[in-house]
Amino acid sequence: MIPALLTLLSAQLGGEALTRLTGAPLPGPVLGMLLLLAGFALFPALVEVLRPLATTILGNLSLLFVPAGTGVVGHLDKIVSFGPALVVVLLVSTLAAIAAGALTFVAVARLTGSGAEE
Amino acid sequence: MTDFAEIWSYLAQGPLLWLTATLAAYAVGDACFRASGRRPFVNPVLIAVLLLAALLWLSGTPYQTYFEGAQFVHFLLGPATVALALPLWDNLGHVRRAALPMLAALLAGSTVAVVSALGLAVVFGIDGEVLASIAPKSATAPVALGISDRLGGSPTLTAVLVILTGIIGAIFATPLLNALRIRDWRARGFATGVAAHGIGTARAFQVHPTAGAFAGLGMGLNAVLTAFLAPLLLDLFR
Repeated sequence: MIPALLTLLSAQLGGEALTRLTGAPLPGPVLGMLLLLAGFALFPALVEVLRPLATTILGNLSLLFVPAGTGVVGHLDKIVSFGPALVVVLLVSTLAAIAAGALTFVAVARLTGSGAEE
Repeated sequence: MTDFAEIWSYLAQGPLLWLTATLAAYAVGDACFRASGRRPFVNPVLIAVLLLAALLWLSGTPYQTYFEGAQFVHFLLGPATVALALPLWDNLGHVRRAALPMLAALLAGSTVAVVSALGLAVVFGIDGEVLASIAPKSATAPVALGISDRLGGSPTLTAVLVILTGIIGAIFATPLLNALRIRDWRARGFATGVAAHGIGTARAFQVHPTAGAFAGLGMGLNAVLTAFLAPLLLDLFR
């Protein structure tokens, strides 16, 4: 548990520090994820150290969005004036993006022969 | 007897009450979700947010006070993003074989997400701070807030739009992809992660592990691409 937590936080800290140092537009935690991936490649034993903790956190990912989502209380005025328009905007653009992404993936997979798996 | 109001005013100041309330609200949301037979429109995040918003409104508690407690949960978004390396590692073989389809789907999904949202918003007469807050809504929360801030948007409004986007994606991805007759778990997961970040990824993990891994990858890559695309595309619309 502690080694796993230490690994996660260190990777994030390294990611945050590197994005500040290099001024890369990459968010710190995303770079931290890439660092951890590199760590797995260098020390394969690290994978099993991390598995229980990572599985627990990822299994409860939805919970982590609750505090930010509750920020809706600070924007009730904008939600009231733009509410219906915002819902239509989000609905249409999210569905369009999912359809575009999935159809493109399938089409390119067929073209390049990286065939579908069940 | 100690006055109830006195105990309340003591507890409402510290982080314990609102941290507990956050977990309790999510537990209620998750129980509803399970009781419904895991139907995606009974979204645990949406239920928890509505319960907490009602509680804050009824008790007259400012969001800042609430966040003092909730920040401990919020903080875990960073380590959770790092933890996505694990499903990625487990699926590295799939990822290598699907590099080209992923790259194409990332460009298509990310561009369509930003352009369609901004285009429609302009048609509805939305501009200024709200328009800038919409631009990064498909990126994962910690990244989207940073982008919004840089573009002159409102980070907390962006947080709400990001969450709503994720919930919409989690609810509609399965029926939409079924209607499109897409059976490739990689394509289904990846597109959902690109368009609906962590909440879509959480949903994809419930449906299939391969879909979940590809969703996590889509979310990570889209966080990077949106950081580049959102400022460029926003300039076209304002």
